Amino acid sequence: MKLQRKNRRALTLGALAVSGALALTACGSDDTGDNGDGGKKSNAASNIDCNGAKGQLMASGSSAQKNAIDAWVAQYRSACKDVQLNYKPDGSGAGITAFLQGQTAFAGSDSALKPEEIEKSKKVCKSSQAIDLPMVGGPIAVGYNVPGVDSLVLDAKTLADIFNNKIKTWDDKAIEKLNPDAKLPGTKIQAFHRSDESGTTDNFTKYLKGAAPDAWPHEPGKSWEAKGGQSAQGSSGVAQQVKQTAGAISYMELSYAKEGIKTVDLKTGAKEPVKATVDNASKAIAESKTVGEGKDLALELNYKPTAEGAYPITLVTYEIVCEKGNKADTLAATKSFLTYIAGQDGQALLKDEGYAPIPAEINTKVRDTIKALS
Amino acid sequence: MDIPTDTPPTPAPVQDDRPTPAEQKRAARGATRPGDRIFLGLSRGSGIALLAIMAAVAAFLAYRTSVALADNTGNFFTTFEWDPAGISSDGKPVFGIAVLVFGTIVSSIIALVIAVPVAVGIALFISHYAPRQLAAPIAYVIDLLAAVPSIVYGLWGAIVVAPNLTGLYSWLDDYFGWTGIFEYQGGAPRSLMTVGILLAIMILPIITNVSREVFLQVPKFNEEAALALGATRWEVIRMAVLPFGRSGIISASMLGLGRALGETIAVATVLSPSFVINASVLDYGGGTFAQNIASKFSEADEYGRDALIASGLVLFIITLLVNGAARLIIARRKEYSGANA
Amino acid sequence: MSITTTKPTGTPGGKPAPSDLRAARLPRWSPYVIALGSLAVGCGIGLAAGLDSRLQWGLIAALLFVGVSYILSATVEGGRQAKDRLATSVVWVMFLLAVVPLASLIWETVERGSKVFDGYFLTHSMGVVADDEAGGGIYHAIIGTLQQVGLACLIAVPIGLLTAIYLVEYGRGKLAKAVTFFVDVMTGIPSIVAGLFVLSFWILILGFDFSGWAGAMALSILMMPVVVRSTEEMLKLVPNELREASLALGVPKWRTILKVVLPTAIGGITTGVMLAIARIAGETAPVLLLVWTTPLINTNPFDGAQGSLPLYIYQQYQSGNQAGYDRAWAAALALIGFIMILNLVARGIARWKAPKTGR
Repeated sequence: MKLQRKNRRALTLGALAVSGALALTACGSDDTGDNGDGGKKSNAASNIDCNGAKGQLMASGSSAQKNAIDAWVAQYRSACKDVQLNYKPDGSGAGITAFLQGQTAFAGSDSALKPEEIEKSKKVCKSSQAIDLPMVGGPIAVGYNVPGVDSLVLDAKTLADIFNNKIKTWDDKAIEKLNPDAKLPGTKIQAFHRSDESGTTDNFTKYLKGAAPDAWPHEPGKSWEAKGGQSAQGSSGVAQQVKQTAGAISYMELSYAKEGIKTVDLKTGAKEPVKATVDNASKAIAESKTVGEGKDLALELNYKPTAEGAYPITLVTYEIVCEKGNKADTLAATKSFLTYIAGQDGQALLKDEGYAPIPAEINTKVRDTIKALS
Repeated sequence: MDIPTDTPPTPAPVQDDRPTPAEQKRAARGATRPGDRIFLGLSRGSGIALLAIMAAVAAFLAYRTSVALADNTGNFFTTFEWDPAGISSDGKPVFGIAVLVFGTIVSSIIALVIAVPVAVGIALFISHYAPRQLAAPIAYVIDLLAAVPSIVYGLWGAIVVAPNLTGLYSWLDDYFGWTGIFEYQGGAPRSLMTVGILLAIMILPIITNVSREVFLQVPKFNEEAALALGATRWEVIRMAVLPFGRSGIISASMLGLGRALGETIAVATVLSPSFVINASVLDYGGGTFAQNIASKFSEADEYGRDALIASGLVLFIITLLVNGAARLIIARRKEYSGANA
Repeated sequence: MSITTTKPTGTPGGKPAPSDLRAARLPRWSPYVIALGSLAVGCGIGLAAGLDSRLQWGLIAALLFVGVSYILSATVEGGRQAKDRLATSVVWVMFLLAVVPLASLIWETVERGSKVFDGYFLTHSMGVVADDEAGGGIYHAIIGTLQQVGLACLIAVPIGLLTAIYLVEYGRGKLAKAVTFFVDVMTGIPSIVAGLFVLSFWILILGFDFSGWAGAMALSILMMPVVVRSTEEMLKLVPNELREASLALGVPKWRTILKVVLPTAIGGITTGVMLAIARIAGETAPVLLLVWTTPLINTNPFDGAQGSLPLYIYQQYQSGNQAGYDRAWAAALALIGFIMILNLVARGIARWKAPKTGR
């Protein structure tokens, strides 16, 4: 019958399509080293100790440290070809949840574990518990877009009032007092916050609460607790809004504050206003103290630093692993990778990517802890 | 005036389409031959498999929701707050969906109000107005647009569309601001209205596609009969095409509404959400179920996720009610469908 | 085939041949002249009033066109013809109105996407290229998406088709009602919930690893109801006479369905399946939860993390720098292109397999 012949032809076509798709799978390549500047930092890889590790290493969490992880992975892979690290930057909370459910080898988080999370971790870490290892620091810049104003100094109280909608225009007296030389326009202030929950919001509001508790009545947290205000999704989203909107101000990781976004200099306890830079963030982290118990190295930042050049709105990203009882099949790779990123080479890479290395004193403790992981 | 659909003297309802609960009636259904039995078994099996999957999902949802609601200290339906971590209330979770219900319904209504007439217009254009050589390519392009992923719509909406809406909103504020609905305070135009417009564009291809397909199925003799009576093209459409296609249009709109209600990434990219209800659709603020889930999900702890799932369940139920209503309407109009429906 | 109708095909618009008995009509060229005229006046008003949005110019011109043609036609041809013309112009205006945003979307995607879209981009994975560096490609994501969507189709299309057949051709009892009801429910599942369900069921309870397959299962849950609903709608439109004729010839019911009902509706069904594929190929959330994502090539959907195109777009957009945006737009272009090709093929098959009917 005619129809059947057609069917056979359709089958042939289908078979052709399938074999074509199969042929396609043979022609792709993972080798991107020779394109663009993908291979710009191909030194220092020889110092990495692969520890005989193999296989896929799953990790997830903070998107703030994504670029740092990218740079590390590029180096690490050139030394340890047998390890495939897949870092999924879907947020600190998701990272911790996945880790506590035993899905991942480690998590990246912008906030230290909460007590109840440590309690829960005892299940996945078998009798031991999860610990925070501070690995990456980064300044949270306050970016603004006010035509004609090239530098702007603000303090914690003014910032809090701006984000709390108490200061409504750019020529407000409080801003004028801090910037006697600037020509401030009368435009309305458009303050943007993150619409998604985020470690960046958490750290920014912690700063506001810590440095200006009277002006900032809201509890710090990953979601924005103040009522109203405009918002946008993700750091890239708020950065885009600041770029588009005259009179806008928002907070974002330093690496997003570029292409026309200027950043606020912060008036702290020190004499001179502090710029949002990588070095200044490192200085602020050096001022912090360890609050974690035992091997846990959770830090508490000092939000009213008096040291010159310490930029207090700083975010520390922790890698979270089990102290003991890590999964046997990924332990070697985890240790090897963490040893590399906490080591001298790994930390040295951070500055190029716009992150702040962890100060030596804390870093030494981190390295010792990693050595003892099991 | 309605032209009765031209059904030839309908044969008495075919016996093998009748309800047959009992075993012995299987013969009457024509399921006696082995081929028929296998085929019936296969198709019924698929239906049951689908039911089983659904039941599993529903059970999962219901269980998670019950976990979330057990500890909620706010009223789930009337609280204007979303704080399952209890940040501002000493660790006691407080969350409610009032804002989300409002935002979801408002943005979807805006989307439908804009999209349905336009989509039906385009469908008619393709099926009845466009020059023949144009119709096929246009239909193809529209098909294609249904395939644009929502993240691309979001990208485009946030970068290209939203910045251009300030003028329109100021204009609406000037002339219709007194209604309260179209008040515009300035600020970035990332409101429920913007979301509605973007959703309208997103669901346009779907509604168009399905309506067009239905319009093309209108029995030719119905149209020819109307033409023979001297009807103009518009009268043909009004009397033969639209009545026949009504259930199709409703079904298409529902598919569109389903997408609008559940649209996630695009809304999250474009909207400037906050947990307040605002009478004006032009001012920023508000939120939708799916957007809220997407925005809060990644940083939520396990309980926070349960709370979000609870809101997902409500989205579910809303969709269900909408679908149910549409089913009723379709059932009432069944006489116009030429087939065995 | 036997069901070919011998009816002469009417003109698509079904416009009756002009007749001398008719009252006065506007000349054939009048719509074009009115269109040009209103466009000119629209631009004029726009210029004079200093409106800077081209959109407003267009709107004024469109309103003018509709109004002028109605009034002219009403005075020359009478009320009924005027209404017809009004409807015609409204339909045209609707069409043009919709074309503007859609064209803009396509234009932006092509323009921004073509920057890094080349052979290298298509045949390389991201490898070790960081998000903020230029370079890298989407090969891993293409493979991932093809396999995940393919697997999802393998699950969802047969189940969906058979369920629709059951509902239309067999089902009248409680089971059919329940299925109809739950298909409606299913259309409302937020995609992230489907992802969560598979996550807790497949990965957390059954203890499997993340894989393309897990993602495909979630996608198939999202796909099924769309397939069922559209197929159902199309099967209902198949005239009963066809079924009756076939049954009367003694053809078993299942063969009637396979050889008469399905081929008649195949065009609509294909469109429905295409729409369903389009819906799931762009899903980000469930894929994010279930396939984990990797920048490297993984051709085995049953083992280990895989890439995915929509997820790739999402992550590149989130990286928030120019290199990432360029890659995101280029990947969007690739995704649209992929669906376009699929669509073309499906249409070709549908046209080739479908029995010839009157239209």
